[in-house]
Amino acid sequence: MTTTTTHLIRAVETVEGTRTDVLVRDGVVVELGSGLSAAGASIVDADGLLVLPGLVDLHTHLREPGGEGSETVLTGSRAAAAGGFTAVNAMANSSPVADTAGVVEQVQALGDRAGYVTVRPIGAVSRGLEGTHLSEIGAMARSRAAVRVFSDDGHCVSDPLLMRRALEYVKGFGGVVAQHAQEPRLTVGAQMNEGALSAELGLAGWPAVAEEAIIARDVLLADHVGARLHVCHVSTAGSVEVIRWAKSRGIDVTAEVTPHHLLLTEDLVAGYDSRFKVNPPLRGHDDVEALRAALADGTIDIVATDHAPHTSEAKCCEWDSAANGMVGLETALPVVQRTMVDTGLIGWADVARIMSTTPAVIGRVAGQGRPLAVGEPAELTLYDRSVTRTFSVDHLAGKSVNSPFIDYDLPGRVMATFHQGYATVESGRVVETETVARAAAGVAARRLAIETGASTR
Amino acid sequence: MRHLLSTADLALDDALRILDIAEDMADVSTREVRKLPTLRGTTVVNLFYEDSTRTRISFEAAAKRLSADVINFAAKGSSVSKGESLKDTAQTLAAMGADGIVIRHPSSGAPRVLADSGWVEAAVVNAGDGTHEHPTQALLDAFTMRRRLHGAASRGRDLDGLRVVIVGDILHSRVARSNAWLLRTLGAHVSVVAPPTLLPVDVSRFGVDVYYDLDEALARVRPDVVMMLRIQQERMNEAFFPNAREYARSWGLSAARFRALPATAIVMHPGPMNRGLEISDEAADSPRSTVREQVANGVAVRMAVLYLTLAGDREDSL
Repeated sequence: MTTTTTHLIRAVETVEGTRTDVLVRDGVVVELGSGLSAAGASIVDADGLLVLPGLVDLHTHLREPGGEGSETVLTGSRAAAAGGFTAVNAMANSSPVADTAGVVEQVQALGDRAGYVTVRPIGAVSRGLEGTHLSEIGAMARSRAAVRVFSDDGHCVSDPLLMRRALEYVKGFGGVVAQHAQEPRLTVGAQMNEGALSAELGLAGWPAVAEEAIIARDVLLADHVGARLHVCHVSTAGSVEVIRWAKSRGIDVTAEVTPHHLLLTEDLVAGYDSRFKVNPPLRGHDDVEALRAALADGTIDIVATDHAPHTSEAKCCEWDSAANGMVGLETALPVVQRTMVDTGLIGWADVARIMSTTPAVIGRVAGQGRPLAVGEPAELTLYDRSVTRTFSVDHLAGKSVNSPFIDYDLPGRVMATFHQGYATVESGRVVETETVARAAAGVAARRLAIETGASTR
Repeated sequence: MRHLLSTADLALDDALRILDIAEDMADVSTREVRKLPTLRGTTVVNLFYEDSTRTRISFEAAAKRLSADVINFAAKGSSVSKGESLKDTAQTLAAMGADGIVIRHPSSGAPRVLADSGWVEAAVVNAGDGTHEHPTQALLDAFTMRRRLHGAASRGRDLDGLRVVIVGDILHSRVARSNAWLLRTLGAHVSVVAPPTLLPVDVSRFGVDVYYDLDEALARVRPDVVMMLRIQQERMNEAFFPNAREYARSWGLSAARFRALPATAIVMHPGPMNRGLEISDEAADSPRSTVREQVANGVAVRMAVLYLTLAGDREDSL
């Protein structure tokens, strides 16, 4: 074992505003306090940096299997680490679809081998995402991947009966259905937010009501059957109102908002630049304000990236033909800082909650989103809040470059990420693939030795 | 003038320049030799991703009267349907030396994407993009109105105070959009009339008055111009309105409605017409109908646009 397993993070600031050293050994935080001994440890000078629990993304498209031209589990994991994430939940719309135990186990194994982040596969709700028959939900839940989040994301589970059954079925093992809320008949051929601008640009409208009507139906269904519902990428002020009402009634619903819906508006579509084509579409200023307020007051629980890589062929064309989606792992934390923290809406402890603690709880991601305390897993992100970067393609670490934030001035930079106690990002750079894979293999071997040792004793 | 992509961002001076040069071009058409050497050695490609024989022929005639070489590229049913992208097609045309690309495309914004892409150096002229714009149609409509209004003294004049009513499928009409913005720039007052299903939910950026009832609109506005839009048959299958009879009864320019118009009002239609649906024979064939003038003026206006984009300074896009 050549990889250092002991790290001393010196003089880092916590989300509560205190300063501490953090000693990490064998994947665990073993000591906190000032002036800790450095014997045998690699030193990380974290003066001026903030320590966050490793970020957890509940909504990531890793594209593998089937879409390796735009992203793989490995390249997406690198992008995640670069953005300060230590866990991602991989959406099911791969090819083949993640609707069987075999596919979800494969995705999880690829994630484990890459070693940059914990990869938690999301299972499809319906077979082939076709919205007609339930997928092998139980088999995926019982598989080695132990799937707990189910979603047809990219498609809405629009059939109310199928949605009801899915909500009921996953209740049996503490699962959750993450709904892509989009009434399909109201969004046939939809290209952008429906309003004055879509009328001017001659692009078919994606009306807010198509999202809000599905959310309203789903919270009532969740209430009726006593199940847990998660709403993906909330994009409208009206959706916020529906969710606020549902929560006030005690309905077990959680919701996410993407970084791009917190910052960007539909005005960007006016040049027909397909980097700004995304589903749900960019909305108006009032929607952005409502989403920020809802995230601040807890109506919206978390930020999730909806990281959606696409090849340049899929984006470099006329608007109608261009694929929906934006990459977002690397920019998530800076965009949250710009839209939520620098605006005074929330503090850093809230950032830890909405980007780590709560997503881990919703997704039942073990060992993630934990507080900074002795004995907790060393899943940590060190973040420099004081810098501002003009974001460029060079700052992306995945395979695709379809970021809407190119040339935006964004605050903050992830300087280090620790996953299972080893560094995946060091000095602001993603650690080499082989080094990380070796460290991950070391952790797996150690864990296996402990387990087998325990069982033979 | 670098490109002609839309009328929404066309300034009054530029619009008048196009219309005035079109007057000169129309004069050429009355001469014995109806041809100018202006664009000799220049190649114009008509890149049509949608069938539109009428628009294509109009651009072709315009280019040929300016002595340009014309290549017609009917992208529908060619390599494009085999998966060739707009980018590849455009670069192929650029490699062949196209100086101007006249593009008709089913996707809104495709001409803008082509012009902004850096894939081609050529001037781009929008010949209709999706449900967005059809700027040369609006220019030829404005040209036709101006000639009816001011006759031989049209040069330099705008359409100040002209009352125009546009009737039909505003939601899907690129002709309506381009006309709304151009006519407003020229000083006209525009109203649109349609069943609510065939209007965008928010038309605030159109700068027009909105009516659902045609008779009310005609009575209130007392229009100088009534422009009837073509109703696509497939709209009936998409539940925009119940059936053709009901549409014709409510929003068609019937003989009775035509007779009730102010005596000087003209009737326009971009063609092709659905007689008996949006327009009656009596209106379509009356001397106050400009349908055939619109076709003839189309060539003159497109000559002006090709002249300005290909022979002029080509500085900014219009």
